[in-house]
Amino acid sequence: MHFNNTSSPFLEPQNDVTIIMRRVIYALIPGVICCFILFGWGVFFNIIIASVTALSCEALILALRGRAIARPLNDGSALLTAILLAIALPSLAPWWLTVTATAFAIIIAKHLYGGLGYNPFNPAMIGYVVALISFPQQMTQWLAPHTGLHFSFSETAAIQFLGKTPATLQLDSMTMATPLDALKTQLSLSQTISEISTTPIFGIFGGAGWEWIGLSFLIGGCWLLFMGVIRWHIPIAMLLGLFLTAMFFHTIDSDTYSPPLFHLFSGGAMLGAFFIATDPVTASTTNRGRLIYGAGIGILTYIIRTWGGYPDGVAFAVLLMNMGVPTIDYYTQPRVLGARDE
Amino acid sequence: MTAKSKRLWHFNGGLHLPGNKKMSTGQPIARARLPKHLILPLQQHIGEPAEPIVKAGDKVLKGQLIAHATGYVSVPVHAPSSGTVVEISEQAVPHPSGMSAPCIVIETDGHDEWMTLPKPVPDYKKMNPSALRNRIRETGIVGLGGAGFPSFIKMNPGARMSIDTLILNGAECEPYITCDDMLMREHAKEILSGLLIIRHALQARQCLIGIEDNKPEAYAAMVEAFENIRKQQAADTDNIHILKIPTIYPAGSEKQIVTVLTGKEVPSNGLPIDIGIVCHNMGTAVATYHAVMRSQPLVSRIVTITGQGVKNPCNLDVPFGTPIKDLIEQCGGYTEEIKRMIIGGPMMGYTMPTDELPITKTINCVLCASEQEAPDPRPQMPCIRCGECTKVCPVQLLPQQMYWYSHAKDFDKIQDYHLFDCIECGCCAYVCPSHIPLVHYFRYAKTEIWAQERDKQKSDIARKRHEFRQERIDREKAEREERMRKKKEALKKSQGGSNELDPKKAAIQAAMERVRKKNEEIGINPKNTDGLTEEQQRKISEVDERRKRLQQHEKDNEHSINTPID
Repeated sequence: MHFNNTSSPFLEPQNDVTIIMRRVIYALIPGVICCFILFGWGVFFNIIIASVTALSCEALILALRGRAIARPLNDGSALLTAILLAIALPSLAPWWLTVTATAFAIIIAKHLYGGLGYNPFNPAMIGYVVALISFPQQMTQWLAPHTGLHFSFSETAAIQFLGKTPATLQLDSMTMATPLDALKTQLSLSQTISEISTTPIFGIFGGAGWEWIGLSFLIGGCWLLFMGVIRWHIPIAMLLGLFLTAMFFHTIDSDTYSPPLFHLFSGGAMLGAFFIATDPVTASTTNRGRLIYGAGIGILTYIIRTWGGYPDGVAFAVLLMNMGVPTIDYYTQPRVLGARDE
Repeated sequence: MTAKSKRLWHFNGGLHLPGNKKMSTGQPIARARLPKHLILPLQQHIGEPAEPIVKAGDKVLKGQLIAHATGYVSVPVHAPSSGTVVEISEQAVPHPSGMSAPCIVIETDGHDEWMTLPKPVPDYKKMNPSALRNRIRETGIVGLGGAGFPSFIKMNPGARMSIDTLILNGAECEPYITCDDMLMREHAKEILSGLLIIRHALQARQCLIGIEDNKPEAYAAMVEAFENIRKQQAADTDNIHILKIPTIYPAGSEKQIVTVLTGKEVPSNGLPIDIGIVCHNMGTAVATYHAVMRSQPLVSRIVTITGQGVKNPCNLDVPFGTPIKDLIEQCGGYTEEIKRMIIGGPMMGYTMPTDELPITKTINCVLCASEQEAPDPRPQMPCIRCGECTKVCPVQLLPQQMYWYSHAKDFDKIQDYHLFDCIECGCCAYVCPSHIPLVHYFRYAKTEIWAQERDKQKSDIARKRHEFRQERIDREKAEREERMRKKKEALKKSQGGSNELDPKKAAIQAAMERVRKKNEEIGINPKNTDGLTEEQQRKISEVDERRKRLQQHEKDNEHSINTPID
């Protein structure tokens, strides 16, 4: 008898990159449904546009790089980037904005650095930040969830693909600043937090509607934790970093600094904590490093939200901490069994 | 004492693996049928290979010494059965590289006749530990857990004179393997007797026996045997603990079981003995018992033949040198599912392309794996730095970083990440979602570094040799110059000194002096030959010629000195 040789271990592997990517996508479902209920068909179109763009760009670049196309395309990483980016963009964003952001994310942020596993920065956040800096006006086209106004399927398509607003309505009157944006504007007009929070765009503990989105991402994130796809260090450290910093300033001056729960359930905090910051490729890989990395994102998010030029800071915070990952990893190596204390 | 309350510790990570042990524990250990030919590699242990003392045509009896140890880290080989030496030649041996090695081939005569064994030791306690170790060495015992390190070395407490803890490793953490399990179930008494002997050699304060909790029968058998021994030899059995340890792969790895049982950590790049601990295997304890109490050398061992690829999985007591093929036949042959032949377990074993290989001292298991048990490796994907490998690593390494550096062939950096602390347990590769054969990369890096070090050593030696040569050349040159200087000095002295000693030279000197003086008187330079008398001309040419001759003579002299002596 003759047999083939392979290398140990021989047992069937129990894990797969594709399974991990798919599970993260499944975990996004509650959040996506929640977004869909609040913002309507725009969310659906965004996801479709982003996914098609991402997969086309991925295939194109793989072909240009002379790599196999089918398997990397099926690993789900490009699709995940697309979905994360799509739900971060405003629901009525014009199609070319989504295409530009996604193409930039896949081509520049991912493949120019070597593709899956080699990119130092989170591609979805790079795409988001590029859109935010390049097209600031379009990036504010959010429907206000509390108004309960919705466009139909065809109306949304017309707005996003043709740039045609329904005859009876002005787009400007339909879209509103996000709660974080509104807060910033109001504060600059010397309003106090207690005055601002009585306006209808604020809900029970976060922005109206936005708090439910945060909650549904939290549920998806907990499922990821339960399935062992992500580990607790980064999300908990990030949320704690944000919460404790917010609590500190809120305790000092509750009129100028919004309450900590509002920070957790507004903007991209929950999405960021469980789905963005936990991207393994760009995050720290040691346990202590993950705590530092997560806490850094939380604190930076608060700083950018409170004193920076943008209403939300999750994307910038993630990218800034991405830069620090190699250093964090280097200085947080675990002590090897039997290593003498140095 | 079987104190269940004794504290246990944990190591980082590890895996809960499907054991698949039941399939080979159904029947008691059977004796393997004697094959027609026994193939005995001269190296079945770590260290120097043994040297044959028999030749083709020699008749040998079971237990007879056929190859003796060479050097300190080496053990002898004995004939596992009676018969005739057929040849001493290169044969395929079970080794990951698939290499051939010198082997003694014995044609068995079927009588399995023992040689006259030396008298057993009636009371090992009266034996001096050094003599005991010698006996262990002469009987060819090596660690039967898989590494095959000569056991007598591990029974030497060294400069310490005594050690703190002797561990008997009954974890058997690899899936499928059950040879230690069956040994404990059937030969607990011999194991414990062997343990007492090893304890005597090491003068160990306490003994800890660690058995994974997935082997309740083995644990019960050991406890029962221990109670019986305690009734007879109460004095010897203090501070011996039989402990159930949690089934977490790789709890049976030496460093890990030390941590689990004692809470101590074997130093990085160190051995358990550095912290006063020695680990031995169950099979080694039994072999020690046989060596001391029955004077039998190590000629067979228990091997697990298992997997979905063989009809009747079981444990066999196999004489060394028996071809695997014969064992498979005894187990009913292969099933149709046979796909891969693995020596050792599915986590740390290695595959072999053929079953025509002999069982050696270090083979504890032959796993005839089906497609489902050992599928073809899946295509490798890029590392996504998920850190699953770090989570399960029992040594707390960062395999994803090590992979990065071994991939980039940055062998300095990978050592900063403690490459040489890697025990190659395979946990990281098993959990890797990108199906990266991490252990393979680490073995590659280790081999490359060893090769580089060998090259460096070689070049160091060459450099030293060159430096020595250069130094010698310089020294000889200096000595030569010194001799020259002395000679010249002597010459100068003789020239400036008494004329009587060398009248010829003195005459020349005087003549030259006269010419010089005369020239001076006339007021011309010696080289200025204008307006010289015939007499003067003749004298000058005479002197010139002599000078030339003198110079030539001196030159010859110098030349002969300068001729290299080497």
